[in-house]
Amino acid sequence: MTSPIIQTEKLCHTYSAGTPFEHRALIDVDFRAYPGELLGIIGHTGSGKSTLIQHLNGLLKPTSGRVLVEDRDIWESKAATRQARFRVGLVFQYPEYQLFEETVYKDISFGPRNMGLDEKEIDRRVRQAAAFVGLPDKVLDQSPFELSGGQKRRVAIAGVIAMEPAVLILDEPTAGLDPIGVAQIMDNIRDYHAAKNAAIIVISHSMEEMARRVDRLVVVNDGRIPLDGSPREVFAHRAELEAMGLGVPRMTRVFQRLKALGADVDSSVYTVEQAKEAFLSAFRRKGAM
Amino acid sequence: MENPILKTESLTFSYPAEEGSKLVLEGVDLEIQAGSFVAILGHNGSGKSTLAKHMNAILLPSGGKVYVAGMDTTDEEKLLAIRRTVGMVFQNPDNQIVANVVEEDCAFGPENLGVPSDEIRKLVDDSLRVVGMYDYRRHAPHLLSGGQKQRIAIAGVLAMKPRCVVLDEPTAMLDPIGRREVLETVKALNESQGVTVVLITHHMDEAAQAGRLIVMSEGKVISDGPPRQVFQQVELLRSVGLAVPETVELLYELNQEGFSLPLDALSDEACAQTLYQLLSKD
Amino acid sequence: MALKDITLGQYFPGDTLLHRLDPRTKILLAVFYIVALFMARNALGYALLALSLIVAILISRVGFQAVFRGMKPVFFIVVFTAVLNLVYTPGAGEPLVAFWIVRIYWEGVRTAFFMVLRIMLLITCTFLLTYTTSPILLTDALETLLGPLKRLRIPVHELAMMMSIALRFIPTLIEETDKIMSAQKARGADFESGNLLQRAKALIPLLVPLFISAFRRADELAVAMECRCYHGGEGRTRMRQLRYVGRDYAALVLGLGLCIAVWALNRLGVF
Repeated sequence: MTSPIIQTEKLCHTYSAGTPFEHRALIDVDFRAYPGELLGIIGHTGSGKSTLIQHLNGLLKPTSGRVLVEDRDIWESKAATRQARFRVGLVFQYPEYQLFEETVYKDISFGPRNMGLDEKEIDRRVRQAAAFVGLPDKVLDQSPFELSGGQKRRVAIAGVIAMEPAVLILDEPTAGLDPIGVAQIMDNIRDYHAAKNAAIIVISHSMEEMARRVDRLVVVNDGRIPLDGSPREVFAHRAELEAMGLGVPRMTRVFQRLKALGADVDSSVYTVEQAKEAFLSAFRRKGAM
Repeated sequence: MENPILKTESLTFSYPAEEGSKLVLEGVDLEIQAGSFVAILGHNGSGKSTLAKHMNAILLPSGGKVYVAGMDTTDEEKLLAIRRTVGMVFQNPDNQIVANVVEEDCAFGPENLGVPSDEIRKLVDDSLRVVGMYDYRRHAPHLLSGGQKQRIAIAGVLAMKPRCVVLDEPTAMLDPIGRREVLETVKALNESQGVTVVLITHHMDEAAQAGRLIVMSEGKVISDGPPRQVFQQVELLRSVGLAVPETVELLYELNQEGFSLPLDALSDEACAQTLYQLLSKD
Repeated sequence: MALKDITLGQYFPGDTLLHRLDPRTKILLAVFYIVALFMARNALGYALLALSLIVAILISRVGFQAVFRGMKPVFFIVVFTAVLNLVYTPGAGEPLVAFWIVRIYWEGVRTAFFMVLRIMLLITCTFLLTYTTSPILLTDALETLLGPLKRLRIPVHELAMMMSIALRFIPTLIEETDKIMSAQKARGADFESGNLLQRAKALIPLLVPLFISAFRRADELAVAMECRCYHGGEGRTRMRQLRYVGRDYAALVLGLGLCIAVWALNRLGVF
């Protein structure tokens, strides 16, 4: 396998060290993401997943351990830290609450401008980012505050995409959206992924959502990473996941039950598509007998 | 006792002047029976939240009528009576908690109604017990989890002894644990307290738990019935940008392959049983 | 940035006599104390006042450390006042120190010393009030104490409600500030370098979203309050009734006694 684009080595983070509120949010975390991969991070609130992602672009400084972006320690110099901010784009939860400019265009250009790019390059990036998230040109001159909730969120995501990060991290990008909104945002993200071969890291609470979209799942719990692998591998640990306050996708639950009833089916399915195939093949097997 | 507790008659609504005054609600006729648990499902902009805001006179109809326990919501004299009959819980738990101590917040409603002090104390304690937050009564709300905050918001409404509680996407900002907490509280409210519950949501799985499901799109009711029945209309729901529970989706997809399965499996168990029967049949 | 470290209206929960006193009693005591402080003319009066405050701190168990910590932000003002008094107080006798244009007289030393003492006692007294009284009780007490002003059409209830809502939302807004700041930093915003003007400009991406969010919250909160039948202070009851009990009357008598004692000590005219 190629070398990771981003990795942490024995990363630890302790909040309020030395006070009665001391809290070890991350403990010896070795995390890796590779170029071009679609990675999902799951964990309940307070598991440490938010702390982890804020280390990946240098917003938080490790208490101990290292964070490497493209093989370079992001804390080795001020320039390296700043560089990491731009190489690793981070879209926070409810990013629409960070919009502040008079026009959509200006807001999207905030990141590229901070990078010190020239006007022509900024213009190219703004227009391209807007296209990635499906914002029509006429919207660019509007105030972001006149847009609908879903559109605002896409403007905010475009604001990060315009920095053309090699790693794009999104914290709950679909929170509060209805099924259409969810599908649109996920398609936007996939388009960026396909066009730039960027590594995408998505944090989500929805197992079903995750299962459908990612190649690999990393589970964060109590400041560590107890599970890491393909969705199929991770969802095989149902009891552990449930003990962590997580769970497995609905189809996995249904098919595990089906198997327990005595049916000869593949119980490692996790999407409706897979479930359908698994059922059909079991049904055919029965017919052939 | 007047049945239904909520009633709308050809209710229409449009926001004044804005956006070419497009109709947000286009003739909604509904009756909600006292003691029932009703979910209203719809995509963003379907009019479901606007409908909810008519149920305790936050918004008043542009056309048609809304009655709360027989009271016309446009009757200003009845405003307080209407609001104590129908309590409201909103999406963002942070923006509906008034005080910086849990029990103080819970007391806010009864205090406004002029209830004597010792009775307030009892109402507050009872409500906090119902939502399972009694042990947190002296805590500061901002240090609690989203689910806990939302339960406090529910307790705050409950302390006014409403006959009906309308919850406008109460779980949209919560994580799965918080979502489960709130949903269980809502169910308990209906089952053990006998409170009429109207739950506005765009989560299929939450809607599936209600006794009656109303689907809204473009300001109209497009389907209304028990969830098992409503979710069978897979094409209709998809056409208005909604999904169906995955269990129903699977059975539907199998029917596309030539099976003819009933589309009423809302639980994992029901779905597994349906599939098992097919596989074990000789 | 250590935004999370800011604690407003600091309150140290406890169950001491001072904590249990009715908040109105405590406010009145603080008022008596401040009056006495401004009445004091001589060392004996100040000594009595300092001593009574020390006793109060001991009773409250908040610790002298907490009191000194609270003093830090006003340290500069205290020193400044001391220097001004030291230098500008004219005296009758020979100056104690004389160089260049500076003349320091005995009277200056005396005034400066008492001025510093007075400021410190004043601040400590108010700190002790907030340390031992929860903000919500303080608001309640102010509302009742100022109640008579309603006749003068001063919106006492509304002001108290505003204050308690502010107290409720300060932590929420601080948390929000942190979040928006991180989000803008992730887009390369730099809040830490540049000259004053650049730094002020850098705050726009923080302040605009913060204000928008605060207004949105205010809007939603207003609707939520109306839904819970809020219609101003009229006909409103309170869950927690404030009631004076024996210890409150005793404390008030003591406070009044303190004022009289200071007044009497003034007549002795020591110093």
